[in-house]
Amino acid sequence: MHRTLFSAFAALAIATGASAQTHDQHGDASGDKPWSQADAYFDPAEMDAARAHAQGHSGDTPFAMVRFDRLEAQSSDGETVGVWDADAWYGGDINKVWLKTEGEYSFEENDLEEAEVQLLWSRAISRYFDLQTGVRYDFEPDGLAHAVLGVQGLAPYWFEVDGAAFLSEEGDLTASFEAEYELLLTNRLILQPRLAAGFSAQDIPERELGSGLTNLQAGLRLRYEFVREFAPYIGVEHSASFGRTADLIEAAGGEADETRFVIGIRTWY
Amino acid sequence: MFNRRHFLQGSALMGLSSLLPASLLPAWARSASDGNTGLAPTTATEFNLSVGRFPVRIDGRAGEAVGVNGTLPAPLIRFREGDEITLNVTNTLDEDTSIHWHGLLVPFQMDGVPGVTFPGIRPGETFTYKYAVPQSGTYWYHSHSGLQEQEGVYGPLIIDPHHHDPVSYDREYVLVLSDWSFESPYRIFAKLKKMSDAYNFQQRTMGDFLKDAQERGLGTAWDERAMWGQMRMSPRDIADVTGATYHYLINGHATADNWNGVFQPGERVRLRIINASAMTIFNVRLPGLPMTIVAADGLNVQPLEVDEFQMGVAETYDVIIEPKDDRAYAFVAESIDRSGQAVATFGPRPGMRAEAPALRAVPTLTMKDMGMDHGSMDHGAMGHGNMDMSGKEMGDMDHSMMDHSKMDHAAMGHDMSEMDMTGHEGHDMGGMEMDHSAHGMTEDASWPVEKKDIKRGPGVANVAMMPMSRLDEPGIGLENVGHRVMRYSQLRSLDRNPDLRPPGREMEIHLTSNMERYMWSFDGVKFSEVTEPIIFHEGERLRVTLINNTMMPHPIHLHGMFFDLVNGGGDHKPRKHTVIVKPGEKLSFDVSADHVGDWAFHCHLLYHMHAGMMQVVSVLPSTDKKPMDHEHMDHEMMDHDMPMEHEMPMDHDMMDHSAMGHDKHGEMK
Repeated sequence: MHRTLFSAFAALAIATGASAQTHDQHGDASGDKPWSQADAYFDPAEMDAARAHAQGHSGDTPFAMVRFDRLEAQSSDGETVGVWDADAWYGGDINKVWLKTEGEYSFEENDLEEAEVQLLWSRAISRYFDLQTGVRYDFEPDGLAHAVLGVQGLAPYWFEVDGAAFLSEEGDLTASFEAEYELLLTNRLILQPRLAAGFSAQDIPERELGSGLTNLQAGLRLRYEFVREFAPYIGVEHSASFGRTADLIEAAGGEADETRFVIGIRTWY
Repeated sequence: MFNRRHFLQGSALMGLSSLLPASLLPAWARSASDGNTGLAPTTATEFNLSVGRFPVRIDGRAGEAVGVNGTLPAPLIRFREGDEITLNVTNTLDEDTSIHWHGLLVPFQMDGVPGVTFPGIRPGETFTYKYAVPQSGTYWYHSHSGLQEQEGVYGPLIIDPHHHDPVSYDREYVLVLSDWSFESPYRIFAKLKKMSDAYNFQQRTMGDFLKDAQERGLGTAWDERAMWGQMRMSPRDIADVTGATYHYLINGHATADNWNGVFQPGERVRLRIINASAMTIFNVRLPGLPMTIVAADGLNVQPLEVDEFQMGVAETYDVIIEPKDDRAYAFVAESIDRSGQAVATFGPRPGMRAEAPALRAVPTLTMKDMGMDHGSMDHGAMGHGNMDMSGKEMGDMDHSMMDHSKMDHAAMGHDMSEMDMTGHEGHDMGGMEMDHSAHGMTEDASWPVEKKDIKRGPGVANVAMMPMSRLDEPGIGLENVGHRVMRYSQLRSLDRNPDLRPPGREMEIHLTSNMERYMWSFDGVKFSEVTEPIIFHEGERLRVTLINNTMMPHPIHLHGMFFDLVNGGGDHKPRKHTVIVKPGEKLSFDVSADHVGDWAFHCHLLYHMHAGMMQVVSVLPSTDKKPMDHEHMDHEMMDHDMPMEHEMPMDHDMMDHSAMGHDKHGEMK
């Protein structure tokens, strides 16, 4: 049953993606030329090509962006882990393909502890929000695939938000929510509060997750933008686990609450 | 062609002054210290222009430009009104190019817009432009291909009147204002698409907030920040590309290069000022020296003495200065967002350097710039007959944020009979539009008005609730500068307008955007999505009303025809090819569709156009082809003070654009 649900979810994601993609191809198939008076003076075929080029280059150029929102070392009690939170996209104003990846590497154990990659199709659905859907694969701690449905965008008062629901191939439903804000101390010195929350619809003991609100991360990062594309930062992040999740972590010998100091860079191209 | 700039590159041993670009520029662009004591009135009828890539030295640093005949700016093209001109444009680039003659009434297939009026000029090819134009004045030319305009393909163009010039002067200079970046324009555009405020280092900060809170009270400061934040808009969103990457230039000279011109005290000096920037609206002034505006966009206006004016990209202004004192005067072109400026010098002796004034405080937008100024409007004077609140997408605008206490609803005389409140919830009235045709300088419309629905979606962040006439305002940041600043409402054509028919119809065009996504469009439709042009019918007189729903001023340019700006000027309205539409503004121009063809219509901020803020106006030939009105055509651009049509040694056929169009002028070599 879980499997069926997963497939249906994924199929829906792909179908909506495909249909919207065809919608995005405008104009050229209609046959009628929007204007053609110059055809009387120049080769109509050349004019057609020039018209298509001119129109395509005024509003329909695709772009690509790669960004490390957080590339940092986190340390607490002498233990240091490396954390990345990066994304990349390619596409036009309305439709984009997104790649998102997050993970954690333990320098103590020389081991990748968490690593996930999401491949999403993203469609602008309103002025400030994109609907994103696709798949997520967790390489660590276990190889597990999820279907993803999320919304990313800019909320009123300039909060950058990203919320998504994940349905694993095991049939487990989880969700995450992230919000960031930028407080301009100066135009280059920027304080960034960040809040991330995890939810689970059920207990998933093998991932140390209990149902309900599983964990919260509250971070504060101070960066300096030497140029817009490159900014080193320092900060602090507190993470807390709740309810069954906290019990499961503590039972496994972990800490439910933790404060870490962070140092890292934010960069994009 | 011998590349003088290239020669300069390796010349480290040369003296400092010869390292400045000035000495290697065409005569008109040089400083007085390099021998330029004013323009020579040399005209020609044939010009050879070669578009290519070459090294340049800008503001003391080496870069690479795309330009004409190896100079930046491009050579001055000067010819006489009515002469048949031949311009051979050779493309030495490895990409297509084009040259558009900005403001010239050429036959449309000579207008130089790839994909609209011709296919463009392929690498290695020469395209020959031939035309005769019935106009004189200060114009310019630039590439209409890709982003070449930012890379350096722009130059001045002067047409000398065939007979008498009503403007007298002892000396003249041309001043080409531009913005240069060492970043590739394609990179600039990509950065804007990824982070639309990438070049804005003038956002309001915590420090500004604290200062504001101290001066106006914490509550007021907080509410004001909250209001902007709630709408996800920035009151410092004034220029997309700024001094963070731009070097502002006057005739290719940065401030450090000190372009200088000479005068003898007491002379009348004519400055032909051209804003050839890609993205920069300039505030132009000479501290301590008034300017008399004598021409706008090439055409003569009644002399208007001012101390400063705001100049949209692609506008040209001719001013007369009469320096009386034996001292140096600064000529200042300041970017509208005050992130930088270019300063030149006029002095009695070559090589003088005037003191550059400090940049003035960064302007901050107000709710008026969003078309929402409830406080200061005289509602009693407005005709609210056509309020349309029909189920438009809610614009996230909360009226509770606005100061209703200042609105006198009782005095507003609303005609509620036409109000459609469908889908109107609570206080959210984002899509509300009001017809302000009775407000300000526009007359009551007694002709049909075509209002198109804006295509709402991710590309339209805001719809101005109360767009209003702002022609009587000097422009962003110049409201309280303590001296006389030109307002569009003051401009009067020197000649009587050639076509005094009332418009037969009116069409509204909305300027739309989503700054956050860096999407720009007309009526919510990007140029890439356009399936039908704006239709004008040959011979008709119509009114075009532009409504700016964005937070930025847009210099809107219509190719191929001058339009009469409806500014209260009666039969002496200023005739322009480009007009700045301020944020939240609604303005109108009347235009006679005389010149059949497909004409580009776009925002002249290059990256706005490149993002989609462009359309095509198709002037379709009238089907019942009435004989061309020669009387009307000939008079259109000429000096009406002088009944000259019979003494002019000009071929009437040459003036008749529809006839001209059928000659095979556009041959490829």
